[in-house]
Amino acid sequence: MMAMAVILSFLFPLVGTLILAFSAGRLGPRASATVGVGSVGLAALATLWAVLTHTGGSQGVTLWNWISVGDFQPTIGLAVDGLTLVMMSVITGVGFLIHLFAAWYMTGEAGITRFYAWMNLFVFSMLLLVLGDNLLLLFLGWEGVGLCSYGLIGYYYQNSANGQAAFKAFVVTRIGDVFLALGLFLIFMELGTLDIATILARAPELWEPGSTTANLAALLVLGGALGKSAQVPLHTWLPDAMAGPTPVSALIHAATMVTAGVYLIARLNGLFLLAPDVMLLVGVIGAASLLLAAFAALAQTDIKRVLAYSTMSQIGYMFLALGVGAFDAAIFHLVTHAFFKALLFLSAGAVIISCHHEQDMGKLGGLWRKLPVAYGGFIVGGAALVALPLVTAGFFSKDEILWQAMAADQTGLLIVGLLGAVLTGLYTVRLILGTFHGEPGSDHARHPEPGTNVFTHHLPLVVLAVLSTFIGAWIYPGLGELFPQAPGETTDSGHTLLQVLAMGAAIAGLALAGWLFLMRRQWLDDIARKGAGARLWTLWHHAWGFDALFDRVLVRPWQWSVRMLRFDFINMIMNLPAVVARVFNAGLVRAQNGRTRSYALVMVFGATLILVALALAPGGGA
Amino acid sequence: MNGIPMEHGLILASILFSLGLAGLMLRRSMLFVLMSLEVMLNSAALAFVVGATAWNQPDGQAMFLLVITLAAAEASVGLALMIQLYQRFRSLDLDVASRMRG
Repeated sequence: MMAMAVILSFLFPLVGTLILAFSAGRLGPRASATVGVGSVGLAALATLWAVLTHTGGSQGVTLWNWISVGDFQPTIGLAVDGLTLVMMSVITGVGFLIHLFAAWYMTGEAGITRFYAWMNLFVFSMLLLVLGDNLLLLFLGWEGVGLCSYGLIGYYYQNSANGQAAFKAFVVTRIGDVFLALGLFLIFMELGTLDIATILARAPELWEPGSTTANLAALLVLGGALGKSAQVPLHTWLPDAMAGPTPVSALIHAATMVTAGVYLIARLNGLFLLAPDVMLLVGVIGAASLLLAAFAALAQTDIKRVLAYSTMSQIGYMFLALGVGAFDAAIFHLVTHAFFKALLFLSAGAVIISCHHEQDMGKLGGLWRKLPVAYGGFIVGGAALVALPLVTAGFFSKDEILWQAMAADQTGLLIVGLLGAVLTGLYTVRLILGTFHGEPGSDHARHPEPGTNVFTHHLPLVVLAVLSTFIGAWIYPGLGELFPQAPGETTDSGHTLLQVLAMGAAIAGLALAGWLFLMRRQWLDDIARKGAGARLWTLWHHAWGFDALFDRVLVRPWQWSVRMLRFDFINMIMNLPAVVARVFNAGLVRAQNGRTRSYALVMVFGATLILVALALAPGGGA
Repeated sequence: MNGIPMEHGLILASILFSLGLAGLMLRRSMLFVLMSLEVMLNSAALAFVVGATAWNQPDGQAMFLLVITLAAAEASVGLALMIQLYQRFRSLDLDVASRMRG
């Protein structure tokens, strides 16, 4: 029963993709949307069925034998446990709501069929990623979601900047993927298998904790996770990825794909526990990304870029949790983050469409009375983002992460986490004030057209808003028994103190933001306009200059070497046969002119030539 | 039978061949091109007959039959092509049918 449900869940999006991709423009916008949304809806129902029929533990589903060579008989198989089901529920549940919202968002856009074909393919690949029982199948899904991300970032391909952004995302994540591929090679070479359960069983037997091989394998896998999850230093693609349609940003670049790195590390937890140094590195990278992105989010003017940096910052929290060994807390935050970040992105999408594709905070403002649904979405989602105590989902998951960091005696990470919570309050309040309050900055913001469709506009926002409150934290089943013991499970001392601290940090952030942006606005603007303040603003606005650095260190030398190689001498010699062939071709093409009379002429000329030659040849002619 | 010298027969054959060849190369109408081809084939057949008579060999006569058969086959194919040409282009001009643009 469960096997059937699981297979159906990823078969529906695949069939949807195939229908859309092979319709070749024969489906109208409505039909495309119906197929696209319907397939993910059915996948969500199948997932629900799978959750209901799952009997606990890890259940395998073998699809078929891949090849059969002697003893080597790799199967294409799925493994379904609690973690998989949680991920599937997020992918298909949140995915369905986002698809539904996209039906409203994408109305009137060109290429709806292409949009839904990519979106369905994405859902399929992502499900494959979380379902695969071996790393190879996971890698297939991993590459599949990267491809779909590329196709959807570059959705508005007529603007070349979007193509550039898609290209950048593809190349940067590919760098991570190379590391992951190398990691897989190493694991296969050392352990002789890519089956996840076998790896987790065999690795502790063969590898000493902290040995070089274990460290290297974990490090390479981490490289892949960093690229996909947009963590320092492979994070530069994520803000640019906002060039895609907003539902894409919500689904791929906030709720699901970017959390694939978190899933990967949580799935391979046994491997990482063998490499304590790499674990620490995971936590440090998470903390660094968390802080860098939070500061960068403070200085953005584009609402989607603020959300992009906040996504990066929140994934930083998840990495921090993974780093201290609190895998369950990381997945918990992944789930709540998927709810509230999807809500924030969809609300931003509602604002953007209502204001005719205006997404600059300077040109928005004063919208709260005119766009009440989007405003409500922002308030609830923003509250969950800053982890407003007790009533929001974000509070419970973020509190869990900070508590685990404290229990693991990682005071440095804990302080960064608390500081991040304050900064989150700052940029969230700035985002909401800049978008919904104050004076409208343009005519588009003065006369917005609010979304009215109850089914495709209100429903996804309301459902996600409900899930962003403490209800979202309640429905998370808790996966503690799947993972090795987290540090916070053994002790309970200081938990209350930590909760007070976390609440304090969130409220301090909000209070500070309120004081700064409401009372001291003028003062703040003055600081940002001149001297050191202006320089800091520029630095944060460009996210600490990583783009410029990579451009100098990597992109330009590369382009230079490519320019040099254009005049490659050896290449010219290699091209010689081609040039000769082309010259002959040109001559022969001229001979084939299609005039029978000239053919006859040439024939006579040739025959005469042969006769003369025979006549003149020595010993011939007689 | 020796009334006509072999040279005369061969000269007649080569004159006919040259006329046919000239017609083949100069005429644009497919009808005349086909007729020119017939003339060339028949001149070659004539040369065979003349040679066979001069040397009293039956091979030349056999070759003549072969050439005549060939000419009949060629004419039927050629005429079929000509009808197609006319139906497609409403003209017998061969240059009209030149659509190749290498």
